[in-house]
Amino acid sequence: MFGRLTWDSIQTHDPFLFMATIGMPIVVIALIAVLAYFKKWGYLWREWFTSVDHKKIGFMYIILGLIMMLRGFVDAIMMRAQQAVAEGANHGYLTADHFSQIFSAHGTIMIIFAAMPIFIGLMNIAVPLQIGARDVAFPALNSVSLWLTISASLLVMVSLSIGDFSTAGWTGIAPYFEKQYSPDSGVDYWTWALQLSGVGTTLTGINFFVTIIKMRAPGLKLMRMPLFTWTALTTNALIVLSFPALTVALFLLTLDRYLGMNFFTNVLGGNVMLYNNIFWMWGHPEVYIVILPAFGIFSEVVATFSRKQIFGYHSLVYATAVIMILSFTVWLHHFFTMGNSVDVNIAFGIATMLIAIPTGVKVFDWLFTMYRGRIHFATPMYWLVAFLVMFVVGGMTGVLMAIPPIDYLVHNSVFLVAHFHNMLIPGALFGYFAGLIYWFPKIFGFKLDERWGKISFWGWAIGFPTAFFPLYVLGFMGMPRRMWHYDNPAWQPLLIVAGIGTAIIACAFAAMAIQAYMSVKNRKKNVDLTGDPWNGRTLEWSIPSPPPVYNFAVIPTVEGRDSFWTDKEKGKAYVRPEKYSDIHMPKNVPYGVWIGISAFFFGFAMIWYMWWLAILGLIGAITTVIIAANNDDNEYVIPAEEVKKIEDAHFERLAAAGGKQHE
Amino acid sequence: MRKKSFGRFLTSIGLPLALLLFSSCQGGSLLDPKGPIGSQEKSLILITFWLMLIVAIPVFAMVIWFSLRYRESNKKATYKPEWEGSLKIETVIWLVPVAIIAILSYLTWVKTTDLDPYRPIQSTEAPLHVEVVSLDWNWLFIYPDENIATVNKLIIPEGRPVTFDLTSATVMTSFFIPQLGSQIYAMAGMVTHLNLEADSPGTFLGENMEYSGNGYASMHFDTVSLPNDQFSAWVQTAKSSTNSLTLAQFNHMNNPLMDIPVTTYSQVEPGLFDHIVHSFDSGSDMSMPGKTMPSQKMTTN
Repeated sequence: MFGRLTWDSIQTHDPFLFMATIGMPIVVIALIAVLAYFKKWGYLWREWFTSVDHKKIGFMYIILGLIMMLRGFVDAIMMRAQQAVAEGANHGYLTADHFSQIFSAHGTIMIIFAAMPIFIGLMNIAVPLQIGARDVAFPALNSVSLWLTISASLLVMVSLSIGDFSTAGWTGIAPYFEKQYSPDSGVDYWTWALQLSGVGTTLTGINFFVTIIKMRAPGLKLMRMPLFTWTALTTNALIVLSFPALTVALFLLTLDRYLGMNFFTNVLGGNVMLYNNIFWMWGHPEVYIVILPAFGIFSEVVATFSRKQIFGYHSLVYATAVIMILSFTVWLHHFFTMGNSVDVNIAFGIATMLIAIPTGVKVFDWLFTMYRGRIHFATPMYWLVAFLVMFVVGGMTGVLMAIPPIDYLVHNSVFLVAHFHNMLIPGALFGYFAGLIYWFPKIFGFKLDERWGKISFWGWAIGFPTAFFPLYVLGFMGMPRRMWHYDNPAWQPLLIVAGIGTAIIACAFAAMAIQAYMSVKNRKKNVDLTGDPWNGRTLEWSIPSPPPVYNFAVIPTVEGRDSFWTDKEKGKAYVRPEKYSDIHMPKNVPYGVWIGISAFFFGFAMIWYMWWLAILGLIGAITTVIIAANNDDNEYVIPAEEVKKIEDAHFERLAAAGGKQHE
Repeated sequence: MRKKSFGRFLTSIGLPLALLLFSSCQGGSLLDPKGPIGSQEKSLILITFWLMLIVAIPVFAMVIWFSLRYRESNKKATYKPEWEGSLKIETVIWLVPVAIIAILSYLTWVKTTDLDPYRPIQSTEAPLHVEVVSLDWNWLFIYPDENIATVNKLIIPEGRPVTFDLTSATVMTSFFIPQLGSQIYAMAGMVTHLNLEADSPGTFLGENMEYSGNGYASMHFDTVSLPNDQFSAWVQTAKSSTNSLTLAQFNHMNNPLMDIPVTTYSQVEPGLFDHIVHSFDSGSDMSMPGKTMPSQKMTTN
């Protein structure tokens, strides 16, 4: 009945996991009860869970990403605390096994369940608005993607209390993750969580690729698209092309673990390096999947706040495209040390360094956008400046590691850990923060608190180098990654410094929470009635904040780049259209939730060998797809008078604001 | 952004960097190499670092200069909202990175060939041959020509190249002696090679760099480089050890065990290394007696 799930699988031995086992259900039950008491479940179901509105889906993605980022950050604190003390006779407070679960969960969560949902959320919010569309190409599919990601995140959270999580790192370590060496549920949690969210992400990739190609407003040629939309397009191309490799790698591993096959085992012709090759064919493009959208955000931010056209638009587009293509040609640099022939290492080393060229060009383009601009230093611009400085450091260490003989020294050391955090934190996360602050007023109609935003920024700007630059040094001192304990007193002072850096970052997170609270509290003060709080350049700023459900009452016609800016210059912005037409919008559907729930039970059942439940879950998902496919009643009409009423109200607010909001 | 803020910002970057430079000078680091491979790799790091500063320093300077000069409150600065490109600037910002990467690519070509781990080190001395077997979670070093073996301690002669053949009797690991240079994976059923040399006597840290389970963190060993005469003396002592490394002894060792004490063996089962490599050719790992524990998890700690 319950497969291999027994009472012993429930975590009660380790004090931290015990707290999670007790705490999580209490929080969940309390949340359900509070929402039921205030009778909010109906509202949530109708307005949010079943919503196919890209703006609401985007917001839910971001909330999911932030919650999971908090979980991943707690993991980070635990690792840093352990390594700060676990020298010599002191074994710290974590066991080797628990520490390994933490670093595996930290990586999996931060990449798959924090970074991905946050940028997919931003993409959901901004892309349809930037291209003048009323929704994405496949709105119901969008909801399915969201709920698959949520169910996969839930699997990771459940692994805290029921069973273990993988100890084989976020990338999986062959053949260590094979059943012979890791027989527990951990690797299966990792496999199925990645597999389910991978399906969701692939669907998102298809959805947004089609949306950007097919649903642009008339006149919005490819070379007129805002740069965030450009990076979204390349990112989605990367998703569609690379995720199948992950699916295959995980599927072959599943065959090994469930049916005793030998793809990645030591025996019968199984090959551990085969796994590494397939995995990194996805893994390296994945890095650019999370970084390119941040590049797009920085391009928007730097032009808007420098009050100037972006410098070298064509260069930036081509650089993005080159990065997209090159990202498929460098995977082998993740294992230069496997004993390849010299020529192979040279080829992949040089291919890796080539990526530095378009990336360097982008950095200079952003700088020359600031040049002869009139820079308004709102918080997003702070993130940009910090990104430029720190990202260059990360880029330098990246080029170092691209040279095979240098990689022979620093591979698998904490130097590598410092390097990729140096790329992903300033490169991706700072960009997401800038994007969240930049587009927040579009969704809610008021700006986030600048003062606390800047305090949080300084926390990161000081905390990040303090936490990670010591790891570069430790890498030079030969410290391997993933050590739960070490016998080398020379490493300890730097690990304590890194721990202090993490504490500073924790303060930055706290400041961010205060920022959110203060923003809601003082929302009247930071209100924006115009829909254009930053004196923006692209289409999303031409509509009210928050946008009506149909986004654009009349689909705009685009005559060039930065069309909203040009319209404002020519006095053509905010002109009332002569007449409004009926608008067809997609209806909310519960299919996403159903598929998400089915997928969760399917995944959970596969992990614990409850075959009957797995079959039920699969049937549930397939049935939902069939029902959804046969549902033709999926649109509703907003009559023209209704549209006119909504738009008139917006024009009244505009008149009240009187254009004095732009400093 | 005000000037004061910039000061704070620079401090936040500068302090950790200063710390970085200070700490790197400490001993035991790969910036303090004790052999020709490590020395060449270290100088490669430095050359690359200086070359990249050609791009990095202008970026740092421009970030500061542009942020201060073109801030909103400075109305004296030129403002050109329509300026969107300049062929001259774009040519430079493409060509400078291209030039630097071209130089680095050439360096990569030459140095990757020179520093190929499989390439024997040029020397008047014949290399010492060592076979390395990684275990859960210990290192076995077999000296086939001397017919001796050690566990968890590597003894090598000073100033004489060492040729390693590596394999694993279990999961994948990565063999690394930071102060001597290059690491390389050890994989079951496969043999990789590594050539290193120590050019001064001393004790260096040796490590496993690839996570391999609960005993991974303690999977380090001392590498001792001895002057030639002392090395010969050590070999003679080792040969008179009463321990011999039979297949049964190896199978006993080839179990999830932490910190087997340093041991020297005088007699080694003939062809042991090849036997370990080929034990994975067919069947399962179970074909190796002693490899019967289904789980790697240990009950210690």
